[in-house]
Amino acid sequence: MNRYRRRRIVNRVMELIATVAALVAVAVLAIVVLSVAKRGAGAISWDFFTKPQALFGQPGGGIANAIVGTVLLVLMAGAMALPVGVLTAIYLTEFAARRVAVPIQVVIDVLAGLPTIVIGIFVYALLVIGHTQSGLAGAFALAIIMLPLIARATQEVLLLVPSTLREASLALGVRRWRTVLGVILPSSVGGILTGTVLAVARAAGETAPLLFTSSIFANTVQTDVTKPLPNIPVLIFTYSEQPDPALHEQAWAAALVLMAFVLVASLAAKALLARSRRKLVG
Amino acid sequence: MSAVPTSSPLQARRHRLRGRLGDLALHGLTLAAAFACLVLVGAIVWKILELAGEAFDRFGLAFITGRTWDPVKHVFGALPFIYGTAVTSLVALVLATPLAIAIGLYLSELAPRGVRGIVGSLVELLAAIPSVVLGLWGILVLGPFLAHHVEPWLHSTLGFIPLFGDPQQTGQGLFTAAVILTIMIVPIVASISRELFLGVPRDLEEGALALGATRWEMVRGVILPATRSGVAAAVILGLGRALGEAIAVTQVIGGGTRIGWSLFPPADTLASKIASSYQGAGSGLEISSLMYLAAILLVLGLIANLVAQVIVRRFDPLRGARS
Repeated sequence: MNRYRRRRIVNRVMELIATVAALVAVAVLAIVVLSVAKRGAGAISWDFFTKPQALFGQPGGGIANAIVGTVLLVLMAGAMALPVGVLTAIYLTEFAARRVAVPIQVVIDVLAGLPTIVIGIFVYALLVIGHTQSGLAGAFALAIIMLPLIARATQEVLLLVPSTLREASLALGVRRWRTVLGVILPSSVGGILTGTVLAVARAAGETAPLLFTSSIFANTVQTDVTKPLPNIPVLIFTYSEQPDPALHEQAWAAALVLMAFVLVASLAAKALLARSRRKLVG
Repeated sequence: MSAVPTSSPLQARRHRLRGRLGDLALHGLTLAAAFACLVLVGAIVWKILELAGEAFDRFGLAFITGRTWDPVKHVFGALPFIYGTAVTSLVALVLATPLAIAIGLYLSELAPRGVRGIVGSLVELLAAIPSVVLGLWGILVLGPFLAHHVEPWLHSTLGFIPLFGDPQQTGQGLFTAAVILTIMIVPIVASISRELFLGVPRDLEEGALALGATRWEMVRGVILPATRSGVAAAVILGLGRALGEAIAVTQVIGGGTRIGWSLFPPADTLASKIASSYQGAGSGLEISSLMYLAAILLVLGLIANLVAQVIVRRFDPLRGARS
């Protein structure tokens, strides 16, 4: 009887620990989000979104230049990574023999796990040394980060396409390439798009790859991609290293904007992904 | 493919040819994309090693054990940064592993249906917070909190252990960096563990319960043994992430080359040293030495990654590591 009670108590304690652990994770998320919101909300105004950074040491100013730059960087990166990622995924699921697919899969997973600062240094070595920092170099670095994410997301939806659909098309005498382009891709386009949005959300917040490729920028709105593009993550990083409380306030507000974008984009993408997956699986 | 033309043999042949060309083109195009991924990884490794060449020629492998980093005297060594990387990552792993496994168990076994999805997505959102935002919070909120409340308490109660030395005033140091890294890797390890726990066959779980095991005994006797290697792989993936994180760590670690027992003083990791020296580096030798640090980081990251993948693939050969 005693032994039975002890077992029940141990069970209770363990259940309690697991519940508390989950609560701690949710609480940390809440604390981070709320403290960024509380400190950042004060500096957010119309001017904050429409004016570029103030000159050094002067009050006021906004982050318009960084917002424009981040949008440009992420769009260019997406345009570079999307075709390569999707084509790689098609190769892996539709064409490759297992013997070939496994090593490529390993390499893509390795790419996903590489420290982002190493990717930044690689692009620095490839495109910046001997030239200057540029938006293109920054976008290329972000594209390398997005590539494995898009490839993996695409692969997952392609694998979900029922093989009956594939076989039906082939049985009708449709060529493989038309099956892929006309049957398989259209039924997985939703999943590919949401995977891309997730990758964009991830890339928008990356700082390390931009540190070496697009960090020394002007405080005016810049749309010339051969020059370094101002961007929100590097702005937050530089402001956070300064002792000036006014800059800290701007950093908090910029962090709030960035975080809101990233969280909303990931939430929306995940909701869509769950829906399109349900549609495919039936 | 519209109506199949059967009228003229010439048309039919042209049609077949086009089909074969289309297959060939798509196959070739996708193969080229996949090949580009291989080339990319190769180029990354090659470029970093090439840039590290000058420092490697000068210092050789002694660079790894060198304790000085002096741009004025042109003497560079990586040991303080390897120490910083090892300490922050290990402390983060020690803190994160039990927490993440507990969260995984809660999400897979305990949480009521309605709560499960919500808590699960909240944990995943934690992983989506950009590291620079987490670092900003770390430097201005978490650091001071740890310095004024947690570190003095650890020092006064556990101060006999040399790990818990004198607390710092600024809150910038190894310990703060480790806590930030913990926050970053818990959601990664927790979501992989949840998937693994959910994958354990129901029959086994119900069998254990039917034999009279309590839920915890079922977890300890069935779920954990069945998923042990997968969880290990998840933890190693988390380690890889912790090793390579540059930005958030740079913001909260303070910088320095001290090597000692205490967890509280400022230091640098491999990644944070590279990130914080990005503008200041003067001589070619200093830049090359930074690249040598990046090469060490690359090797460590590759090892962590490949080990995790080998473990994962051993029992799920079709799909690779998920994150």
